[in-house]
Amino acid sequence: MFKALALAAALFGATAGAATAADPDPRNWDGVVAEARGQKVFFNAWGGAENINAYLQWAAGELKRRFDIELVHVKLEDTATAVATVLAEKTAGRTEGGSVDLVWINGENFAAMKDADLLLGNAWAEQLPNFALADTENKPTIRTDFTVPVEGQESPWGMAKLVFFHDSARTAAGSLPTSSAALLDWARSHPGRFTYPQPPDFIGSSFLKQVLIERVEDPAVLSKPADPATFNEVTAPLWSFLDELNPLLWRGGQAFAQNYPAMKQLLADNEVDIIFAFNPSEAQSAIAAGELPDTVRSFTFPEGTLGNTHFVAIPFNAAAKAGSMVTANFLLSPEAQARKQDPTYWGDPTVLALDKLTPEDRARFEAIDLGPATLKPDELGPALDEPHPSWMDAVEAEWTRRYGAGN
Amino acid sequence: MTRLGPPLAVLLLGLPVLIGLLGTILPAFGILPALGGVTPSLAPLEQLLAMPGVWRSAALSFWIGLASGAGSLFVVMLFVAGWSGTHTFKRLQRTIAPLLSVPHAAAAFGFAFLIAPSGFLARLLSPELTGWTAPPNVLIPNDSWGLSMIAGLMLKEIPFLLLITLAALPQVEAQRGRAVVAALGFGRTAGFLLALWPAIYRQIRLGIFAVLAFSSSVVDVAAILGPTLPPTLAPRLLQWITDPDLTLRFAAAAGALLQLGVTLGVLLVWIGLEQGGAFLRDRVATSGRRFRHDRAVRIVAAAGLAASAGAVFLGLLTLAIWSIAGLWTFPDLLPQSLTLRGWESVLPRLSNPLLTTLIVAASATLLAVALAVLCLANEDRRGRPAGRAALWMIYLPLIIPQPAFLFGLQLAFVSVDLQATLAALVFVHLVFVLPYVFLSLSDPWRSLDRRYEQVARGLGRSRRRAFWTVRMPLLLRALLTAAAIGFAVSVGQYLPTVLIGAGRLTTVTTEAVALASGGNRRVIGVWTFVQMILPFVGFLVATLVPALVFRRFRAVRV
Repeated sequence: MFKALALAAALFGATAGAATAADPDPRNWDGVVAEARGQKVFFNAWGGAENINAYLQWAAGELKRRFDIELVHVKLEDTATAVATVLAEKTAGRTEGGSVDLVWINGENFAAMKDADLLLGNAWAEQLPNFALADTENKPTIRTDFTVPVEGQESPWGMAKLVFFHDSARTAAGSLPTSSAALLDWARSHPGRFTYPQPPDFIGSSFLKQVLIERVEDPAVLSKPADPATFNEVTAPLWSFLDELNPLLWRGGQAFAQNYPAMKQLLADNEVDIIFAFNPSEAQSAIAAGELPDTVRSFTFPEGTLGNTHFVAIPFNAAAKAGSMVTANFLLSPEAQARKQDPTYWGDPTVLALDKLTPEDRARFEAIDLGPATLKPDELGPALDEPHPSWMDAVEAEWTRRYGAGN
Repeated sequence: MTRLGPPLAVLLLGLPVLIGLLGTILPAFGILPALGGVTPSLAPLEQLLAMPGVWRSAALSFWIGLASGAGSLFVVMLFVAGWSGTHTFKRLQRTIAPLLSVPHAAAAFGFAFLIAPSGFLARLLSPELTGWTAPPNVLIPNDSWGLSMIAGLMLKEIPFLLLITLAALPQVEAQRGRAVVAALGFGRTAGFLLALWPAIYRQIRLGIFAVLAFSSSVVDVAAILGPTLPPTLAPRLLQWITDPDLTLRFAAAAGALLQLGVTLGVLLVWIGLEQGGAFLRDRVATSGRRFRHDRAVRIVAAAGLAASAGAVFLGLLTLAIWSIAGLWTFPDLLPQSLTLRGWESVLPRLSNPLLTTLIVAASATLLAVALAVLCLANEDRRGRPAGRAALWMIYLPLIIPQPAFLFGLQLAFVSVDLQATLAALVFVHLVFVLPYVFLSLSDPWRSLDRRYEQVARGLGRSRRRAFWTVRMPLLLRALLTAAAIGFAVSVGQYLPTVLIGAGRLTTVTTEAVALASGGNRRVIGVWTFVQMILPFVGFLVATLVPALVFRRFRAVRV
């Protein structure tokens, strides 16, 4: 992959840059804010969801008004594109004035950028004024992104947690599975009523990781990079599980939903009974949008489901570093975080610790009506750590080899 | 001036195909200096063959191309044979014509929304007739044999083949031919097939080749209706070429060559089938059987045609309803509520793709009409129509499968820094628009009575003056119809737009197809509604303008 990305430089060539100017120092916050004035920040972020795009439009308006920063949302289909752009620029010697200022990122893309020294260092993220409010105690994924130490190279933005949805008008809450093993039993008695998005779709791959974590003999191996020598042995329980589950799926496993929205449509059409998402308030938003009936409810596995944090990061060669820092700090502010958690706008859980906030700010969060379809933060159950990013690549490739090419 | 027409057209149609093929073949054998490939190697081929299920993908493309082409031709052939010269024929012909303007993607989406287990047809019958309270668990669309994709392709190929057959019909003296075979005692269908069809077939043969090539290499319809485990070859090629991992481009180039092989294979098998068909025809003709009772065949043929038209109309209706649907659960026939949410969410993002669509389609159409007129005027000057070679040239970009030369063409544009420019996009659309415009314009052009111009010349008008004041006005309707067809073709282009626009220039078609996997039917409904309304407006203009211009000249008919 990396060799390939490096080649991008040859294809999309760029001119070599001059010497690096001093990076803004977030410890001198007033200086950063002053420097940010009038800057244009190109925020490379996945643009596939209408509500998220609208949220960023709001953020752009606020940043303009308060800090005179122009936030431009560069809508990506795949974050890997931004990674490739920065790498191409580095290969071509463009060490400043880069085209990406801020990027929405986590997991394998973060690991790739960190590995290749493509990110702004000096632990800038931990020195942002609002980072003090982040819930680093109870949300360890803020400092460890898919087992990779964050080291202040990306600033937390929101939390993700695997949750399942069902229609309470059709399926009784008591009959729902409580673990992946129970899910297999449930599928045996309800053939054709469950599916998962076709890997390498992100949600589909996450489901595979959930099963892997639950069934692997020693979960500790998943925190280390995948080793081709032991890969088959470690993942054998996952494949035996899928060998049994796939024929019991929707369409007998001969086709898969292509992504989460497709799965949501299947629930609305009464084609499947259980779906899942990485955002606990997804169901509530879908009800509000008229996409799902208002009888849809959420549940998780009591032993825990996959959870992680998503971040924003600044490339080493960003043209508007100060503007990007002010933007990251604004996105982390109680006001922006509360709006983000409100399902009317987005419904993405906050990374902040409510007990670190002022009473007024806490009130913003307490006033949010999550709706009956969303689990309260204390009902979400434990969060299982993501495996090292290398597992995802290997598992996706193996899945495609086994099930992705028909037989 | 008109002398420039043919060379320009040949350059325009031939050069991109040639450069494109070269740009595909070289990387397929490891030559792509920009990505470090300088020595010839078979590595790209090995990379391609290591892709899981690549042979199955190729076999699917082959089967789907052949089956949909054969199926469509079969329906059209039996229908024309059984019904031409009747009132039903005229009526159905009028219903079918507008279908040609519906973009492939819109027709495919509509069809998917119709036939899915939770689709409109199932809702229509459930739960009263079927007893289904939940949709049945059957794999439609995206079935692994590609049957729904074959059916979806046939919906668009049937009107196309029917229209080119209709254009060929006047040249075979159908009326007299029918009388002769009837006098010999043949049934209507059999008599037509034995006596008249061979001559018609010769005329439409290249059109059939174009259909076979298209359906064995299509991307957008495959993304909507095709198998997914694995998909057919063409959509997988597009996946590789747009992957951030640039080494996959070598595999994509090798895959494009495989695609070329698959399509050529389809054509070769087809030529074999032609031989078999001719042999069978001769055997039947001399067997002494007359097939007088062909009622059942005739009814089936008409029903097949009517069903294909009905499916498109009903599909488009379903799309339109989805675009304004609130909550719409199975098995409700209609949504519980209506909402403009879908439209509101799409409208702010609509203007850019819409503008690009309009600019590109209008420019490509204008250029294509101008070029076609130059070529045809040159024929008049030379006094004889273009020969067989010219016809092959016109069909060339339609018969070479799109991925095989568009990949290379994209690289060529990248290397001269023209990728994702409007000019490049117009140019590549022109390659596909020109053939249709030329084919649509050439018949009315050639059949216009040349004595009109001769009279004008006899009355002392210059050649130029006679051309502009007599021929062009008389051909206004044909010119506008050709333009409307060209416009529709441009609006519907998917692969050329994705590759040359590179995601930075998007049209309503690329936006709609990008949503294929997403399953948000409301948003898909909005985009495809816009997509199908554009060509419709084009045809409306082509109908209304001549009516308005000629309102005082009732005798002007072309």
